[in-house]
Amino acid sequence: MDLTGKKVTLHDMSLRDGMHAKRHQLSLEQMVAISTGLDDAGIPLIEVTHGDGLGGSSLNYGFPAHTDEEYLNAVIPKMKNAKVSALLLPGIGTVDHLKMARDCGVNTIRVATHCTEADVSEQHIGMAAKMDMDTVGFLMMAHMVSAEKILEQAKLMESYGANCIYCTDSAGYMLPDEVSEKIGLLRSELNPNTELGFHGHHNMGMAIANSLAAVDAGANRIDGSVAGLGAGAGNTPLEVFVAVLDRMHANHGVDLYKIMDVAEDLVVPLMDQPIRVDRDALTLGYAGVYSSFLLFAQRAEAKYGIQARDILVELGRRGTVGGQEDMIEDLALTMAKEKGLI
Amino acid sequence: MSKKLKAVIIGPGNIGTDLLMKMQRSEWVEPVWMVGIDPESEGLKRAKEMGMKISSTGIDGMLDQVIKDDIRVAFDATSAYVHAENSRKLNELGVIMVDLTPAAIGPFCVPPVNLKKHASQLEMNVNMVTCGGQATIPMVAAVSQVQDVEYGEIVATVSSRSIGPGTRQNIDEFTRTTAGAVEAVGGADKGKAIIIVNPAEPPLMMRDTVHCLTKEKPDQAAITTSVHNMVKEVQKYVPGYKLVNGPIFDGNKVSVFMEVEGLGDFLPKYAGNLDIMTAAGLRTAEMFAEEAYNGTITLPERG
Repeated sequence: MDLTGKKVTLHDMSLRDGMHAKRHQLSLEQMVAISTGLDDAGIPLIEVTHGDGLGGSSLNYGFPAHTDEEYLNAVIPKMKNAKVSALLLPGIGTVDHLKMARDCGVNTIRVATHCTEADVSEQHIGMAAKMDMDTVGFLMMAHMVSAEKILEQAKLMESYGANCIYCTDSAGYMLPDEVSEKIGLLRSELNPNTELGFHGHHNMGMAIANSLAAVDAGANRIDGSVAGLGAGAGNTPLEVFVAVLDRMHANHGVDLYKIMDVAEDLVVPLMDQPIRVDRDALTLGYAGVYSSFLLFAQRAEAKYGIQARDILVELGRRGTVGGQEDMIEDLALTMAKEKGLI
Repeated sequence: MSKKLKAVIIGPGNIGTDLLMKMQRSEWVEPVWMVGIDPESEGLKRAKEMGMKISSTGIDGMLDQVIKDDIRVAFDATSAYVHAENSRKLNELGVIMVDLTPAAIGPFCVPPVNLKKHASQLEMNVNMVTCGGQATIPMVAAVSQVQDVEYGEIVATVSSRSIGPGTRQNIDEFTRTTAGAVEAVGGADKGKAIIIVNPAEPPLMMRDTVHCLTKEKPDQAAITTSVHNMVKEVQKYVPGYKLVNGPIFDGNKVSVFMEVEGLGDFLPKYAGNLDIMTAAGLRTAEMFAEEAYNGTITLPERG
């Protein structure tokens, strides 16, 4: 693989996807410290919100320590070069949240839908594009359908006004060949001006390899998270990816030692649990289950005595999609009843 | 006089047709007119085969028949954009409007919670909220009838096949309207609504999760009884309304997990979200008919 001179825009997820791993409890001080560290290291784009995006604050996903508005207002004024992005899942957040984010100074809106439901994003993508924001269509759980289906849905988002399309491996299920096929088809069929992105999870240990495959196939935006802080076994660990890109002479613009230090000195000390491929995270990847289900399944195991792994496999079998966290406790209750535990 | 109220259904799509099939079994409401805008539409052809009078030029094509045919109730299953005009024209002729669109120009109606009140006041336009609202607000109300609820949140998961382009283009309307009705009808101080669309095949049954935060420590026995009673009330018009798990209690949080199976009239059984709308709309008109028959309300005068 030759990535010499290829321009890669790195997008940090630690303050959004990482919120899942922190049960949405990062403090404003922690957010500011990490984001200023990333800005200083040369990371161009940093995502900040509740783990489930704008408006994710809920009993279902968890109430955060602060509102999205408070986090955005704390971080954005401190940025020297980095821009800030916000995620929005239609059905959870609304265009009201989108306008709030824009008013806070958010540069990039990423509108996320399940990989077959792009048509619920029309009003949000349309609004963000109309407000002249960097507008991204984010197709989640992209492993569940064919490359042709992803292309069909990507074209819808492109038609609503998205200037960048993401192939999102929310379950950390994909292997590099699948990434190459999907990104490759998008690259050959979408408008040449439309940027492509890849968002990986490390549940099968493939996040770095998948991200490289994505760049090789034509993606120029790659999501990662400093120290991997993210749902499941975490996102593509950014400091590792930067080192790999360095060795491959790709053009990423990030200071390797500085981002290593952010990972080691700021992020690792605040982790509530090691972010690693434990048996439950591995099950997410293996069974193709949404990564943020991990801690919910582990809590259900503690509460009802049903193995998290069994819960996750059954959720995969049922074809659950992102956002269905409520089904975890429901399923644990049903399984516990069947086993006579309650 | 016949105790049945004669009805016009506006919108011969999935909802309108399902409503028609349910109405043909009703003891209180008799379907007479089906109104569409496309003479070639499957829905209008189907309605004609089912013995309905049809208009293919909107309600303007049948307004002059309203008095002659003694039409007393209308069901609007079109869109929020045209609802206001439909409602104004029919209300002027003394026709009660049951609004199945998201227009919500009249008060929200969730039958087991506030239908009796609307019927006794002869509200001329009632809105059926949303599918997620019909499935969940009875549960929020079951808790708030026992003690104060400071926050109510509902999560509706529907199969991809059961939601049409209108909902998809304006999914924010669903979340806003439902959250508003969780407060206004459910009785929560603050409401939140989330909708998830799931494309699994075979399609999954509508699932609904309701979380409430009570102000004081929840009275578990009283809430459990109230929830079970409310489930029975909804089952009177949606037999497939089922409590899967709960209520379960965690501190001040009360959670119930529901499943809604439709009757499978015109819409498949998994589309409990659409079924609960048509069933609630029909139940609403039936209550008006019952109240009129009992003399508790007097329908608008006709010469």
